[in-house]
Amino acid sequence: MLTLYTPGNSLLHRCPAAAKLITLCLAATLIMILTDPIVLASGILVVAVGYGMARIPGRTMWRLSRTALVIVMVVAACQAFFTSVSPAIIVGLRILFLITAANLVTLTTRTADLITVVEAAARPLTRWGVHPDRIGVTVALAIRFIPVLGEQACRVREAQAARGVKAPFTLLVPLVIRTLRLADGVGEALEVRGLGSSARAGASTTEHRSMTR
Amino acid sequence: MIELRDVSFEYDARPVLRQVSANLAEHRIGLVGANGSGKSTLARLCHGLLLPTAGQVLVNGHDTRRDAAAARSQVGFVFQDPDIQIIMPTVAEDLAFSLRPSGLSKQEISAQVDDWLGRYDLVSHRDHPAHLLSGGQKQLLAIAAVLITQPQIVIFDEPTTLLDLRNKHRIMAVIAALDQQVVMVSHDLDLLSEFDRILVVDAGQIIADDSPRAALDVYRRAALG
Repeated sequence: MLTLYTPGNSLLHRCPAAAKLITLCLAATLIMILTDPIVLASGILVVAVGYGMARIPGRTMWRLSRTALVIVMVVAACQAFFTSVSPAIIVGLRILFLITAANLVTLTTRTADLITVVEAAARPLTRWGVHPDRIGVTVALAIRFIPVLGEQACRVREAQAARGVKAPFTLLVPLVIRTLRLADGVGEALEVRGLGSSARAGASTTEHRSMTR
Repeated sequence: MIELRDVSFEYDARPVLRQVSANLAEHRIGLVGANGSGKSTLARLCHGLLLPTAGQVLVNGHDTRRDAAAARSQVGFVFQDPDIQIIMPTVAEDLAFSLRPSGLSKQEISAQVDDWLGRYDLVSHRDHPAHLLSGGQKQLLAIAAVLITQPQIVIFDEPTTLLDLRNKHRIMAVIAALDQQVVMVSHDLDLLSEFDRILVVDAGQIIADDSPRAALDVYRRAALG
């Protein structure tokens, strides 16, 4: 679900976000029950037709399929190694369906519409102190900052390569530090942009922020 | 207008600002100082992002501690790095995000978003992922996302530091055209030389508060010895 909306005017684009998400949930549940590889493959074919209907550019499709295929191959290989080929095929087809179907929903649905649905779904939880708007923003932040964190990882990797460091595990600590700094800044930005107003009136939330500037 | 009354700020018992007082009423006010001098802290106190350890900050008469919501509704804040300020995944969605608390209808929000996209040449990027914009476009989006809420005062924290010359001039032109009161933290002395008033911050205190020419002379002498 971490891909991004591709503008369009197809039937899938015009379909309400709630309907798409409910269909996705039902299909995902059904696919976990089904065990016939031919039926599972047919499901993937239906999703492929959906991509065609939505007129998703071939380049985008290939980029997403490539990532999905890598995941499917790794999981299926593990499954085949530990059990047998038959369950590996079933698991692989299920994962391929889930990833491609979720991507299709994201590609044809604006993030704002997704968030509206998430917020509406969380509204009944308000009585237990849940803030639907914050849940919605959390979803948006996840989608927004995945590529930003990817860029951060690239920068750290480049900086380490420039200094001759090649061990992949050395990426972790600087990346975590950068991510925490980023989170600090995003927290401020959320306050500035009107989120968390009830907390920010108190001195405690703001006075303890890092002041190394 | 922003009024600072004997404002002090400490972080972990380390004084960052010490008894700063000033009335900021001019149209364009610059804050300049060395790294770690306390100027960004001062800017955050002016917004209410930080609350003073002692003293008071009043924004158009509203205390940032006691009347935080009213004070903050008057002030917009633009960060140095637009990547942290842009919350939503796409350009139009990020502008619309600013208007969520406004109570406007979906159509009204969409119309305003289109208007602001047009003002900053971002129309063709309407549904683009924000992370794919150039640095200058990201900063324009961050500024537009603040201005769309129509704040009376806009605080900029080094808005041109990460930009190339072309984008820097573009952002400078946008800031110069603003009707709102502008308070800007910057190391760009050319940019600040066109402001109405400059405050030089050093070791948590204001060591000069004057016209750009006089204040920047003080800053140069303090910085270069």
